[in-house]
Amino acid sequence: MAVMLDLGAQALQMLLVLVLAPLVLGVTRKVRARLLRRVGPPTWQPYIDLWKLMHKEAVLAHNASWLYRATPYLVFAATWVAAALVPTYAVNLMFSWSADLIAIVALLATARFALALAGMDVGTAFGGIGASREMMIASLAEPAMLLVVFSVALIAGTTQLSAIAATFADASIGLRVSLGLALIAFVFVAIAENARIPIDNPATHLELTMVHEAMVLEYSGRHLAVIEAAAALKLLLYFSLIGCLFVPFGMATADKSTDTIILGLMTYVMKILALAVLLPIGETAIAKMRVFRYPIFLGGAFAASALAVFLLFVSRSF
Amino acid sequence: MPAIYLDVAHLLAGSMLVLSFVLLYQDRITAVLNAFALQAVALSLSVAWQAFIQDAPLLLVTAGVAFVVKGIVIPTALHRIVRRLGIHREIEEVISAGPTMLTGLGLVALSMMLVLPVGENVSILAREDLAFALAVILLGLLMMITRRNAVTQIVGFMSVENGLVLAATGAKGMPLVVEISVAFSILIAFIVFGVFVFRIRERFDTVDVSALDRHRGERGEHV
Repeated sequence: MAVMLDLGAQALQMLLVLVLAPLVLGVTRKVRARLLRRVGPPTWQPYIDLWKLMHKEAVLAHNASWLYRATPYLVFAATWVAAALVPTYAVNLMFSWSADLIAIVALLATARFALALAGMDVGTAFGGIGASREMMIASLAEPAMLLVVFSVALIAGTTQLSAIAATFADASIGLRVSLGLALIAFVFVAIAENARIPIDNPATHLELTMVHEAMVLEYSGRHLAVIEAAAALKLLLYFSLIGCLFVPFGMATADKSTDTIILGLMTYVMKILALAVLLPIGETAIAKMRVFRYPIFLGGAFAASALAVFLLFVSRSF
Repeated sequence: MPAIYLDVAHLLAGSMLVLSFVLLYQDRITAVLNAFALQAVALSLSVAWQAFIQDAPLLLVTAGVAFVVKGIVIPTALHRIVRRLGIHREIEEVISAGPTMLTGLGLVALSMMLVLPVGENVSILAREDLAFALAVILLGLLMMITRRNAVTQIVGFMSVENGLVLAATGAKGMPLVVEISVAFSILIAFIVFGVFVFRIRERFDTVDVSALDRHRGERGEHV
């Protein structure tokens, strides 16, 4: 019986991220539109879009290989697994032993690798340029991301997300400059990875500076729907990571009674919505960067995260 | 000493180091001046916190001097100089930001590796402050050699002095006379710098110090 309950809690988390992801995207679009003095599409528009795309015919190029057809599902599967492993409303769920920060970074890297290959598969110029830029951004963002992982893991003593969240939520770890720096670096990395504004504009389809949209330009129908869903899941995954690493309050920790779970669910949704409102506010305040400035932007993230690790070495252990 | 005391000291000194990196990274002149003022404020807060922890009220005077002179007077004066020179909208060509940041990180690592083993038998607070202070000093020096604009070089020099004050307060009790004389010498240096900047400008129509290269003695013979 207990096993069934644990399994149910984990299944709830898996479904929760899947259901919530398009809504988060819808909220960011709505807020952004309102900030630009437009009415904007309704918040549930991404669900309608996905439904529509699911029922459209998928058009394939003549020279598309099996890789091109398999990639959307691979990307979606990897992203969904990663998003479902990040603790959302409770820690120590059934599969939390496998929810390792480095494993999640690796899952996302796998999805990105597959998508870059698919972008080059058909042989159009846009797909190639998108793939090459995506790889450039990844090579700059991943070192910063891993340093963030190290600094968090050094404080908590583990890379397992569930344990980190439990440590940060319960024990008083004091004021840490390192955590603040890690948060800044993590936000930079999240912006770059999710193709948000200073790095890439998610709202355009035909622009020479686009990165993510250039790779998926050839996709249509159900393939596109799956890729869009994966992109929404990825955004939600980064939001959940911020919630679980830097503001892990309200999560159900030791006792999993109905009350704590409902409290955890409510705080989780509040956190996600707050981030979904903050992101477009930040986006409307700044302009898109030139491609040649990406290394400086992500170099700033790298410097902040490296500094976070250094500061940890001064403060305690030695 | 409660752990939170140490954490706040760590936070304030650490934020000074972070602001040193901001200085290194920033390429707009007015933003550099604002970051410098912020660093001075962080310094004065850090010193005031030390005064509280060490129970040394004289340090409060140091904090006050740092706040008034370096947090308000010098940044305001620099803002006015920049405005009068007409370069307040200028974006400075920072010499390759990426390698500079990496060098800066290397310097931070170096200063920590130097200080941490040396000060094994002093209090953790002094050790930490010393490590941060050395890093701030080295980053200020790095800023001085990577900038071409005379005004931002002055800011680099001033941030070196911020590091010195941080080191002195962490080391339990620098005489107040020394602190006040340092503050005044900084003011004097600042006035000399101000005059110097206007002289450079008068002669070369720019405050870019690379214009001075042609007039250096050792190269003049070959040209």
